[in-house]
Amino acid sequence: MASKLLTKLGAIRDPKIARNPNLPLNATRRLFSHRPISTPPHSPPSSPPDNGKSAHKKSKPTSSLKDLELAKFSAIADSWWDSVGPFKPLHAMNPTRLAFLRSTLCRHFRKDPHVARPFEGLKIVDVGCGGGILSEPLARMGATVTGIDALEKNINIARLHAGLDPVTSTIEYCCTTAGGCWHPLVNESQLSIHVVQCSSFVPQKLVKEQKMFDAVIALEVIEHVADPTEFCKSLSALTHPGGATVISTINRSMRSYATAIVAAEYLLHWLPIGTHQWSSFLTPEELVLILQRASINVKEMAGFVYNPLTGRWSLSDDISVNFIAFGTKNGQ
Amino acid sequence: MNRAITRKLAAAATNAYQSKVLRKNLCGGANASAATSTQINNHIHEDKQSFTHTVHPYDIAIVGGGMVGMALACSLATTPLTKHLNVAIIDSNPALGSKVSIKKEDPPDPRVSTVTPATISLFKDVGAWQYVQQHRHAYFDKLQVWDYTGLGYTKYYAKDVNKDVLGCVVENKVLHSSLFSRVEDTDFQKTIHPSRLTLMSLHPSSSSTVESSSSTEASYVNGCLAKLELSDGSSLYAKLVVGADGAKSQVRQLAGFKTTGWNYSQNAVICTVEHSVENQCAWQRFLPGGPIALLPMGDKFSNIVWTMNPKEAADCKSMNEDDFVKAVNHALDYGYGPHPKSSLLASADMFSWLGGNLVISANDSFEVPPKVVKLASARMAFPLSLMHAKDYASRRVVLIGDAAHAVHPLAGQGVNLGFGDAFALSRIIAEGIAVGMDIGEVSLLKKYEAERKPANVTMMAILDGFQKAYSVDFGPLNILRAAAFHGAHHISPLKRSIISYASGEQRLPLFS
Repeated sequence: MASKLLTKLGAIRDPKIARNPNLPLNATRRLFSHRPISTPPHSPPSSPPDNGKSAHKKSKPTSSLKDLELAKFSAIADSWWDSVGPFKPLHAMNPTRLAFLRSTLCRHFRKDPHVARPFEGLKIVDVGCGGGILSEPLARMGATVTGIDALEKNINIARLHAGLDPVTSTIEYCCTTAGGCWHPLVNESQLSIHVVQCSSFVPQKLVKEQKMFDAVIALEVIEHVADPTEFCKSLSALTHPGGATVISTINRSMRSYATAIVAAEYLLHWLPIGTHQWSSFLTPEELVLILQRASINVKEMAGFVYNPLTGRWSLSDDISVNFIAFGTKNGQ
Repeated sequence: MNRAITRKLAAAATNAYQSKVLRKNLCGGANASAATSTQINNHIHEDKQSFTHTVHPYDIAIVGGGMVGMALACSLATTPLTKHLNVAIIDSNPALGSKVSIKKEDPPDPRVSTVTPATISLFKDVGAWQYVQQHRHAYFDKLQVWDYTGLGYTKYYAKDVNKDVLGCVVENKVLHSSLFSRVEDTDFQKTIHPSRLTLMSLHPSSSSTVESSSSTEASYVNGCLAKLELSDGSSLYAKLVVGADGAKSQVRQLAGFKTTGWNYSQNAVICTVEHSVENQCAWQRFLPGGPIALLPMGDKFSNIVWTMNPKEAADCKSMNEDDFVKAVNHALDYGYGPHPKSSLLASADMFSWLGGNLVISANDSFEVPPKVVKLASARMAFPLSLMHAKDYASRRVVLIGDAAHAVHPLAGQGVNLGFGDAFALSRIIAEGIAVGMDIGEVSLLKKYEAERKPANVTMMAILDGFQKAYSVDFGPLNILRAAAFHGAHHISPLKRSIISYASGEQRLPLFS
C-alpha cells in the first residue's frame, strides 16, 4: 500500500494543487507557506524563568502554537520515565518503533541485524528526544547517539537517566534553545551557555557546524512543530548524503481523530487532553512531499496498530493512524 | 587454604568501599574477558587486607543449575542475539562444574522425566537432543489408562495424531548432562558459583551513599543491577536474576512473590524395575489411593511412579524387595478391582456419528501390563503438592520451572512446563536485546509472564481436576469416570485433542 502512495505522489508537482479544500486553513498555511529564510527568529521556549535572558516575541500566530506545545511538555516532563504515567503509550510503542528502525537501518547500512549491537559505528541523532526513551535503546544497540530537544527540562531528565547505566551514559544531549551541546564528561562549570534564538526545533549551531549524522530520527515530533517544511529541511541538513531520515507521526484522518484524539485523550485518558492538535497531523502524502522538497526520498512506510486485547503494538501496513516513514537523502 | 585467583584486580580502594566490608573480604565475580569456557570461581581469604576490584557485573544470574536452569543457559548460548551474554550459574551442587560421564552399564536412575514431543523439538532446536540420544532413553508410542473399577479404559496411540511417538522417558541426569554438554560446546561465557544464595537486593537502600570508584557499585546504587550475596561470602551483580531453583525457591522467597497452592495428602514412591520382556508402552492405572504409572525406560527397564497416602508410602519404601515387587504387580493387575472389558465394535460405532476419522486405537483391546520381575534401584518417596506463584516476574527478577509452579506427576507434565518456561524466557530476552531494551525491565519480563502463565495455569487446573476426580470412590462418580474413559477412547476428535495437548503441540485444550 505504501508503494501505491509513492507512485501517486510522483504525479503531484505543484504544491498549490495539493491544497485540499477540506483542510483547515491553518494546516495548509502551516505546511506550504514559503516564508523567507531571513525571518526574525521565533520566540524562545515557554520556560523563561529557566533561562531568563530570553526575549519573548509574539509576532506570528504560528509561534504561539509552538509555545503551547512546549508548555504542554514542560508540565509533564518529570514523568518521562514513569512507564505508567502520561508517557505510557510511548513506552508501549517503543519496542515496535525500534523494530522498524532496526530492520530499515540495518538493511540500508548493510549491517547484520542478528547481532546484539547492530548499529556499531553509526552516528544517529534523535531529534526531539524528550527524556531519552528512544536514545537509550539506540545506544544499547551500539550507535553513537546525540539527543536534542527544545526543552531544557527534558534534556536534564534525559541526561540524568542515561547516566544511571554505563552503556547509555555515552549519549550526548543538546538543548536547542541554549544552543550548546553538553558532552557528558564535561564539567558543568566549564560551560558557557549561549542563548541563541533558534528559528526551528533543530539547533542552528549543529547545522552551522555542519555536523552530519548517518541517521536522523524524529519520532512523534513533527506534529508538534510550527513549520514542518522548515523542520524537514533542517533534518535534511543534518543528514549525510546517502544517509537515512526517519520520521513518525500521526495521520490526519477521520480514524485518527477518533483514535488519537477522542479515544486516547478523552475516553481512555492515555494522554493529557490537548496533547495533539488534529489539524497539525500530516497525511503520508503530505509528509512524503515535504520530505521530497528537502531532498529526502521516502523508501519505506509502515503503520503501528494497537491490539487492545494484548495491550501490545505491532507493525502493520495500516497507516491510517500512527505511521512511520523511512527515507534516504539524495547522495551527491 | 590458598587457591588461585583467576581474574584481574583493579587499582585503588576507596575508604567508603572498605567500610562496607563487614568481615573478611572475599572476592567474587569472574573476569568476563578471560572466560571462554567454564570457570569454577575460586576465592581467597585475606585476614588483614581487603581488596577492591572492578567486579564485572553479569548480564544474567541463573540461580539453580538443574534441568530447567541449564535449559535456559543452553538456549541463551545457542541463540545469536544472546550468545554474547555473560551468565553466572549459582548452584551448590559441587558436581555441577565437572563433566559427569554417564556409562551405559550404569543402573537406571529412578529419577526420570517424560519429555513430550514439544520438548523434544525444543531440545533439537538448541542441539542438545543428540546428546540425549547417546544415552539410555526410551520413546513410547502407546499409552493405556484405566482404573480399578474395571468399568472403562483408554488407549492412546501416537498414530492417532499421525506422529511417531507420544513422548520419551529419559533419566534426569541424562537430560541435565546433555544440556550442559551442549553449553560446553559453545563458547558461551558462563561462570559457575558452587554456592547457595543467601541475600538478594534489587532496590538499594537510600542510606547507602557510597562514593565508590567501582562503576558496578554505582550502577547497583542507581538501580541498574541486582546484588546477590552467596553463602560462601562472595557477592555478585547482575542485570537480571532468574530463579530456577525448584519448588522451595530461595529467589521466589527473597523477591517476595506470593504463592497459592495446597499439599496433596499423597506421597509418590519412585523406583526402577525390570521386566523379562521389553516394555514399549506407558501404563497408568488409577487406584483408590492414587495412580500408579509404569513408564518404559529401555533395556527392559521401567520406571514406577506410585502415588499413595504418606503412611502407605512409608510402608512401601521400607518393605523388602520381593514384597514390593508383588505389591506392584498386584496394583497393576488384579489388585483393587477387575480388568476392564475390551470394547466391542458396536460401541465404537455408537460414537462414529460425531465425525472425524475413527482412530485406530479405538479398536484395540485392553492389555495387561508386563509383569515386574525385580527391583532395579532404590525406592524414593517424596510429598506431592500443587503450587503456583501469583507473579512470575518483577523488576530484575523472574521465575521459571518449579520455582514458579509445581504440579502432580500424574500426567508427566511438570518438567515440560519448566522447559517451556526456559525456552520462552530465552526467546523473550533475545527479542528485548533486538530492540535495545534493558533485560531487567519489567515490561519485557511481563511479556514472558503473559505468555507462560495462561498455559501453565490451564495445565495445572486440568491436572488438579484429574487428581480430585480420581481420589473419590463413590458409585455415581465411578460411573462418570468410566463414561469419561469410554468417551476419550472412542470419540476420535476428543482423543486427538487430548493427545495433542498432552504432547505440548497445542497450547490450550480446545478443539482446533
